[in-house]
Amino acid sequence: MMRRLIQTISTVFFNGYVIGFINGTIFKGDLKVTCVPVLNCYSCPGALGSCPIGSLQAVLADKKYNFSFYVLGLIMLFGIVLGRFICGFLCPFGLLQDLLYKIPLKKHNKFKYDGKLRYLKYIVLIFMVIIGPLLLVNDYGTGDPYFCKYLCPAGTFEAGIPLAIANEGVRSALGILFDYKMLILVIVVYASIKIYRPFCKYLCPLGGIYGLFNKFSFYQMKVDDKKCIKCKKCIDACKMNVDVLDNINSMECIRCMGCVKACPVDAIDAGLKKELQRIKNEG
Amino acid sequence: MQKIRYMLLAVAIIFIGIGIYINEYEVVFAKAIRICLECIGIG
Repeated sequence: MMRRLIQTISTVFFNGYVIGFINGTIFKGDLKVTCVPVLNCYSCPGALGSCPIGSLQAVLADKKYNFSFYVLGLIMLFGIVLGRFICGFLCPFGLLQDLLYKIPLKKHNKFKYDGKLRYLKYIVLIFMVIIGPLLLVNDYGTGDPYFCKYLCPAGTFEAGIPLAIANEGVRSALGILFDYKMLILVIVVYASIKIYRPFCKYLCPLGGIYGLFNKFSFYQMKVDDKKCIKCKKCIDACKMNVDVLDNINSMECIRCMGCVKACPVDAIDAGLKKELQRIKNEG
Repeated sequence: MQKIRYMLLAVAIIFIGIGIYINEYEVVFAKAIRICLECIGIG
């Protein structure tokens, strides 16, 4: 309940420019110079900040830059503090997937290729977010944001659809690319009903980057071996299919607290404050 | 682990500082205040 509340507040907070939804325009204030920690399209009418993945592609696609210190620095900062807690608690597209998974249809959350498909998000990151915008450039030396253009369903959901509804100019310009992106969105929506957070598991490049920080982040999860009775209820409860007892700070853990709630003996602990305290005590 | 953690934190802050120094944020801002045609599916 608390997580859902934080997710909702976060979604409203990152998309608080309500007038944009009414007028079919986007926010153009100074806040847009900053990236938000989540995958939230900067062309969403309500968006108050910039999408880190969109921004990363924009800088790499610019002929002046071959590397993005600013955006990577911000992503690293968010990642080192919270890791994938951001996915579990702050991401609006994560909230959408969480709600879709609540639809009571038969679930297929564990299947044969689940493990191998997890690497797909790193392929997306390398080819669509980094190499594509950087190397596949036009005659003027600028590239395209390939992830935003050909894959990102958050852009379609948060920006494409609201702008198409409220802005006649946008609506009249829509063509086959929009149809294609709608198809991607429909597939992700359907998959989200059957599989828990398929976009986060298999496709999200930002989740992939944050996953790399899970082991190092200030926010840590811990199993107390003295308390743990090895009942494995935590493993059964994990919808990201993480082996909680073996690797609780796995790259795939979105820190949703499912395991913490499921533990009958309160053996799992999570937090930022406690980890900082532990570091302080260790001197 | 702690050393890596603080090292990554320092690198992140240094990166942000360099990005601001070389005006990289201007590209982010310029992109973010215009409707991103690729994002919404116009291309």
